[in-house]
Amino acid sequence: MNGADPLVEMRDIHVAFGGVQAVDGVSIDLYPGEVVGLLGHNGAGKSTLIKVLSGAYQSRSGEIYVQGRKAEIHNPRDARKYNIETIYQTLALADNLDAAANLFLGREIRQRNGLLDEVRMEAEARQILKRLNPNFTKFHQPVASLSGGQRQAVAIARAVYFEAKILIMDEPTAALGVEETRMVADLIQQLKREGIGIFLISHDIHDVFDLADRLTVMKNGKLVGTVRTQDVTQDEVLGMIILGKMPEGAAQKADA
Amino acid sequence: MTVVGRTLKAMEVDTRILGMVGALLVIWLAFHIWTGGLFITPRNLFNLSVQTASVAVMACSMVLIIVARHIDLSVGSLLGFLAMFMGVVQTEWLPDLFGGAEGPAFGHAWIWVVTLLAGIAMGALIGALQGYIIGFLAVPAFIVTLGGLLVWRGAAWWITTGQTISPLDANFRWLGGGAEGSLYLWPSWIVGIFTCAAICFSIWWARRERRRFDFPQKPLWAEYTIAATLSALVIAFVATMTSYQVPSRAAERVYALRGWEVPEDGVHLVFGIAIPVLILGIIAVVMTILARRTRFGRYVFAMGGNPDAAQLAGINTKRMTLWIFVIMGVLCAISAAIASARLASADNAVGTLDELRVIAAAVIGGTSLSGGRGTIFGAILGALVMQSLQSGMAMVGVDAPMQNIVIGIVLVLAVYVDQLYRRRTED
Ligand SMILES: Nc1ncnc2c1ncn2[C@@H]1O[C@H](COP(=O)(O)OP(=O)(O)OP(=O)(O)O)[C@@H](O)[C@H]1O
Ligand SMILES: [Mg+2]
Repeated sequence: MNGADPLVEMRDIHVAFGGVQAVDGVSIDLYPGEVVGLLGHNGAGKSTLIKVLSGAYQSRSGEIYVQGRKAEIHNPRDARKYNIETIYQTLALADNLDAAANLFLGREIRQRNGLLDEVRMEAEARQILKRLNPNFTKFHQPVASLSGGQRQAVAIARAVYFEAKILIMDEPTAALGVEETRMVADLIQQLKREGIGIFLISHDIHDVFDLADRLTVMKNGKLVGTVRTQDVTQDEVLGMIILGKMPEGAAQKADA
Repeated sequence: MTVVGRTLKAMEVDTRILGMVGALLVIWLAFHIWTGGLFITPRNLFNLSVQTASVAVMACSMVLIIVARHIDLSVGSLLGFLAMFMGVVQTEWLPDLFGGAEGPAFGHAWIWVVTLLAGIAMGALIGALQGYIIGFLAVPAFIVTLGGLLVWRGAAWWITTGQTISPLDANFRWLGGGAEGSLYLWPSWIVGIFTCAAICFSIWWARRERRRFDFPQKPLWAEYTIAATLSALVIAFVATMTSYQVPSRAAERVYALRGWEVPEDGVHLVFGIAIPVLILGIIAVVMTILARRTRFGRYVFAMGGNPDAAQLAGINTKRMTLWIFVIMGVLCAISAAIASARLASADNAVGTLDELRVIAAAVIGGTSLSGGRGTIFGAILGALVMQSLQSGMAMVGVDAPMQNIVIGIVLVLAVYVDQLYRRRTED
């Protein structure tokens, strides 16, 4: 990581809904092979911030740089072009479609005659989902009839399948059981080794401490600060989240 | 699970559709008994098929609109407007255009094609306008098409200031069925056999595709049973249509028109499949492929299932909405051609209340008004159920107000039963 360009750099991001400043001048960066945990209480603006990166919202000001170059991200398709993949907090699944249809939504595999290659998509879906959840069998049912964890597996599979360089995970394990959570943790470690950069949003501070290299804390739409995980204790981070203040002694800005 | 249940499950048959077919048969049988054996006859079934075509064509794309969480209340008025527009094009503009110096060329061979294309273009344009307002300006479809209901009915009147256009071009009238607008004996059988072959081929193809990846297959006997049942239905349909005799006066007219040689023992002619029914069949196949096998159709369903998810997946939902309404406009034009050709005239009341028939057909056919769910085939069945009720009641002398009451009740009942069924089969 030393000296390398950051994979992503978001500078001075502003998003407002009506009068509410959901994200107010936040800057954040991410290096290859790094996990950055994004922390903050409910409504702190975490999801809104990463949705700017995934193309769902537009920032009123500021810039986004991907691998050192200024990126123009105006919609989710643009984000996908930069190999930014997102697991949304709401999962963003079409409940009436099956797992394969959701996995390939917007990027369907087609036969040479232009029609959907459903069998091929199902085969790919079976393969990737087996990796995430060996008990997954409901391939022909609408995802509405899946359990919360199975739905989350579909959402994760979608982000992982398309060879992301930058992966955004907004509460990826909220609905998962112990074993599935461990599998996602393993997956994150593996993706890290492959050089993928990951933004990880989670309320489980233990998980984040285990996985993240750096932590960025937000409060009321504002950036509290970024610290290296190894430099702080969990209590100090809790203090950042609750009080919105950097811990004594921690570097004012911790660069990787 | 019962033996029947297990068998159906192995065949992966949609039991909902099966239930609708059962309901249809019950309706047919009841009217057959009530009318003393007049309902299930080639003559009546032929008429039924022709009467259903116009509403069923529009229902095919109403399904897409409702699946995408929109609605179109303007289709009846749009049909009226397009019928009047095509009426003027074929009786006033084109004869003059093709005629040149020798005066208007009524009955010119190209008039019907150009008229139909002009109608389709106009329908697409109006659909695009409504779709643009709904998709890009974000005015709810209910409001835009409610406005359209008034606008296009009014516009239909303006075209001729209320005068009826009659008679329509002779070739154009074939689109409405009747003695001149049928496939007769051999072409009907060719269509029927071709359809059977297509059914068998698609079943074989699907099987081959699944084998490519070693997926679990349906048992072979199930595939054979499905292929045989569907083919038998097609053959029964063609056999019924081809056993309805054209009355001899009309048959002589057709022989003269086509320049066929009259055999010594006099003319014998059967109707066979009506042209509007053939058109409906082609549209049904095309629309089903569009809905189930293309990206476009996939996106329509995704929009209905979760509009936010569709957008986050990079689907341009605004443009999709525009195109969905363009398709509706195109099918309205084809429907308008069928409806006015059948009447042999166009007046500004054609298609009045059709929006309700079309929406009811889609809903009876299992399309969910909350979006994300519906089939083309179901909508066509829905249209057939409604037309069967209406024709049957007319045959046994139920007056029009009572017909409306019954159909209204059936609509509510059908949706209620559908929901009961879903609650039991889905968890
Ligand atoms: N689409 C929206 N319209 C209006 N306000 C919104 C919208 N999305 C978010 N907000 C507001 O923006 C603020 C930040 O919300 P955001 O979802 O980013 O929080 P979060 O940090 O992800 O919270 P959580 O931990 O609960 O997921 C909140 O005050 C929220 O009410
Ligand atoms: Mg959130």
